Amino acid sequence: MPVVIKRIIFFAVLLLIWHSIYLLGIWPESMIPSPFTVTKTIYAGFADMTLVYDIIASFRHLFIGLATSLVIGTLLGVLLAKVRTADETLGTMILALQSVPSIVWVPLAIIWFGFTEASIIFVVIIGGIFVMTMNMRIGIKNVAPIYLKAARTMGSTGMDLFYKVVIPAAIPHAVTGARLAWAFSWRALMAGEMLSTGPGLGYTLSYASDFNNMSLVIGIIVIIGVIGSVVDQLVFQRIEKKVLKRWGMEEAA
Amino acid sequence: MYLDINNISKSFQRKDEEPLQALENINMEINEGEFISLLGPSGCGKSTLLSMIAGLSKPSSGSVYLENEKVTKPGPDKSMVFQEPALFPWMPVKENVTFPLRKKMGKQKQDQAAADYLKMVHLSQFAENYPHELSGGMQQRVAIARALAMDSGLLLMDEPFGALDEQTRQVLQDEVENIWMNTQKTIVFVTHSIREAIKLSDRVIIMSARPGTIISDFKVDLERPRQKQGMAALEENVMAILKTEIENVMEEELQYARSH
Repeated sequence: MPVVIKRIIFFAVLLLIWHSIYLLGIWPESMIPSPFTVTKTIYAGFADMTLVYDIIASFRHLFIGLATSLVIGTLLGVLLAKVRTADETLGTMILALQSVPSIVWVPLAIIWFGFTEASIIFVVIIGGIFVMTMNMRIGIKNVAPIYLKAARTMGSTGMDLFYKVVIPAAIPHAVTGARLAWAFSWRALMAGEMLSTGPGLGYTLSYASDFNNMSLVIGIIVIIGVIGSVVDQLVFQRIEKKVLKRWGMEEAA
Repeated sequence: MYLDINNISKSFQRKDEEPLQALENINMEINEGEFISLLGPSGCGKSTLLSMIAGLSKPSSGSVYLENEKVTKPGPDKSMVFQEPALFPWMPVKENVTFPLRKKMGKQKQDQAAADYLKMVHLSQFAENYPHELSGGMQQRVAIARALAMDSGLLLMDEPFGALDEQTRQVLQDEVENIWMNTQKTIVFVTHSIREAIKLSDRVIIMSARPGTIISDFKVDLERPRQKQGMAALEENVMAILKTEIENVMEEELQYARSH
């Protein structure tokens, strides 16, 4: 059976179970709305553009934050890989910071930047930066010695060696870092937006919760999940696959 | 003297153990245009010696002189082919070949050089392909073309066909022989294959196992291209010399295993 068919059947069954639970009427509709109500709510949100504006706002936060974290992460990664003292000091701190959940930064951001977009973007940057840094560091540290040897026998040294060999050789790790940074940033974005004053998907989610609008809560969770997986699979996994194939790190499909 | 290897020793520091003496008092003189093979059991330091000729590592004592200049670092006067092709996977074949030429000549001349050398290794139609699209043998051909593109007088080859299947190996041996006859480069070729050494070289230098020393150095006076029958007697002689060496290595490794 083709995968697509399996998936369609799976989700159909899932919706059926959901709807059956709703029909049983054990819980009020304010707790378990029917899938149709959720669909209608999503549709209405797109029809009156409120959800569209939320998505645009969220993507703006994400784009600014993620781009910044990728740039800074790349530079920090290079620094850690090249300067031993930096690696031994700053490196351990970044490793520790990596294990701090990004929602932890939200209160700090609010105190520093208030309920502004800057707060959200700050949390998004923090969300993506450390994983990008660590991947870039590993990418540069793990350049196959044979590439360096070969390049040196061909007269490449110093900056030329770094830009023409080390950096390109590290690209597979950089791409993996970017994919993980996106995933972390996306989560951080929602955490940040939930405590913001909008607009944004996260803001509307907590707003809907405050007004007991369960169908909108579920609707936005679905949208967040769909966007997350679509971007991951259609953008990042594709790029990663292409790069790994060309860099000879994966068997040709 | 074109290439003078002067009393080279090399030892590696090991943690909590005595230093490993890899090479001991190696002396060798190589004439311009000679095709030399370094032959020996694995672990005899022949690759270490080659990387010191290339300037990639430094001898613990002694020096290498290339055209009376002391070798201190790798450079465009000596090119190297490794056991792995070591091509840059992010560049098409053509760019790999022109990598060493980037600063030496204009774009047009580079393209011409790439075309010439790829033709020499019969890969003209793969110039725009990426390395991962080529077989192992083809990749190694590109590596040879890249080394030739440097147009240095000295070509160092470190078991270049060690990872290839027998047929590919033979084809590439013939190609290297042809390239050598046409270009008159000096080639130092590291191998553990007796037949390969005898088939290709003017002179074979046999090295002993750890610490690596030269135990035999002889000329191969057979007409090219060399045939199996003509090589058989010489092969057996070399085999006899190496047999004791290989037995010694095995014995030493067994003792090491027992004592650890």
